[in-house]
Amino acid sequence: MIEFTFWDIVRNLLLAARWTVLLSLAAFIGGGIVGLVVLFFRIAKNKWSRRVASGYIALFQGTPLLMQLFLMFFGLPMLGLRIEPWTAAVLGLTFFASAYLAEIWRSGVAALPLGQWDAGASLGLHYLQELRLIILPQAFSITRAPTVGFLVQLIKSTALTSIIGFEELVRTSNAINNATFEPFKVYGLVALIFFVMCFPLTQYARKLEKRAMAH
Amino acid sequence: MAFAWLPGAVGDIARGAATTILLIAVTTLAGTFLSILGAAGRRNGPVLLKRAIAWYVEIIRNTPFLVQLFFIFFGLPSLGIRLDPVLAAILAMTLNMAAYTIEIVGAGLDAVPGGQTEAALALGLRQRQVFIKIVLPQALKVIFPALASQIVIMMLESAVVSQIAVRELTYEADMLQARTFRSFETYLVVTMVYLLMSMALRRLLVTGGRRVLGAGVS
Repeated sequence: MIEFTFWDIVRNLLLAARWTVLLSLAAFIGGGIVGLVVLFFRIAKNKWSRRVASGYIALFQGTPLLMQLFLMFFGLPMLGLRIEPWTAAVLGLTFFASAYLAEIWRSGVAALPLGQWDAGASLGLHYLQELRLIILPQAFSITRAPTVGFLVQLIKSTALTSIIGFEELVRTSNAINNATFEPFKVYGLVALIFFVMCFPLTQYARKLEKRAMAH
Repeated sequence: MAFAWLPGAVGDIARGAATTILLIAVTTLAGTFLSILGAAGRRNGPVLLKRAIAWYVEIIRNTPFLVQLFFIFFGLPSLGIRLDPVLAAILAMTLNMAAYTIEIVGAGLDAVPGGQTEAALALGLRQRQVFIKIVLPQALKVIFPALASQIVIMMLESAVVSQIAVRELTYEADMLQARTFRSFETYLVVTMVYLLMSMALRRLLVTGGRRVLGAGVS
């Protein structure tokens, strides 16, 4: 049997935390890109495009993330793709994040006065220019706090990818716990590492929210 | 895709769904109660209690539910507190939900105008009566939509308690796919069951809330 000192445990957990960070970033960026596409459909003039986008968002917000990850993990191989936990984790969290981010940004678009669209049109801008130059910058800026808040939720959600076998912080901690039989210490440390990652972001989101309220 | 296994699995899925509903029902009651106490304590309690509640909220909100669950189920026994899986799941879900709903209930309490308390006190009601009969009902009415969303979110998050072998809907799905070798189809069916349950739960909460708390609840 291998002996683990306290520092061995901490070191292994910190090494595993890199994957948690990497997965969070990949899913946030991927989710942002796909979310932007969903947002375009969600605010389009065509009624059916809006309906499809609402359905997409409702589907991801109305089912457990764990199920979404399972469907990704078992579903993609059926399409003939060879899939590993990392791929399933990134794709699963990307689609999950895209639905939430699209909904957050849509609320920003909806909060803008309609005069902004009219003003854009009267300057001779076409639809895409209006979005790019007038609507989206403002929508992103007023939804910065909930966007950062969602990033915190996304970081916490990466814990679920341990269940489909991705070697991030929680899966590593399970393995260490099985070797050391010190669950109180191991899971306590894991909670602490997540807290250190999430708390500054939570505070930042709170600051943004206060600043937005002051306006 | 093959669904020939489905007729034989309906019983298992229904049993799992019933356990999930039981878990969320108990959590809703206990979590709401705890968050009313927490929100009131955070406003009117002694300084130490206020600080403790603030830390509790921050710690829960900044760590994953799965880690909280493992800490309670695997970690607490080393302190001599051994819980069976269902109790551990309910405890973890309640503590998790309360951290979010304490803030929600607190916002509701702040939204009730101070004049309401003053008027009630002037009528000769005692502090506790003022809180329970005057302030709380008005606060709950304001925050009800947010509370309902949080309950639905918790129901969806409860899927992870399958990891400590609570026999709820996800656990039954895991067992079924191991037996049928139809993983994708099994999880697809169970995902749709979750979708229906979350839509039904939201509908139920909105109608129930409107009936109990009065009109204006959306």
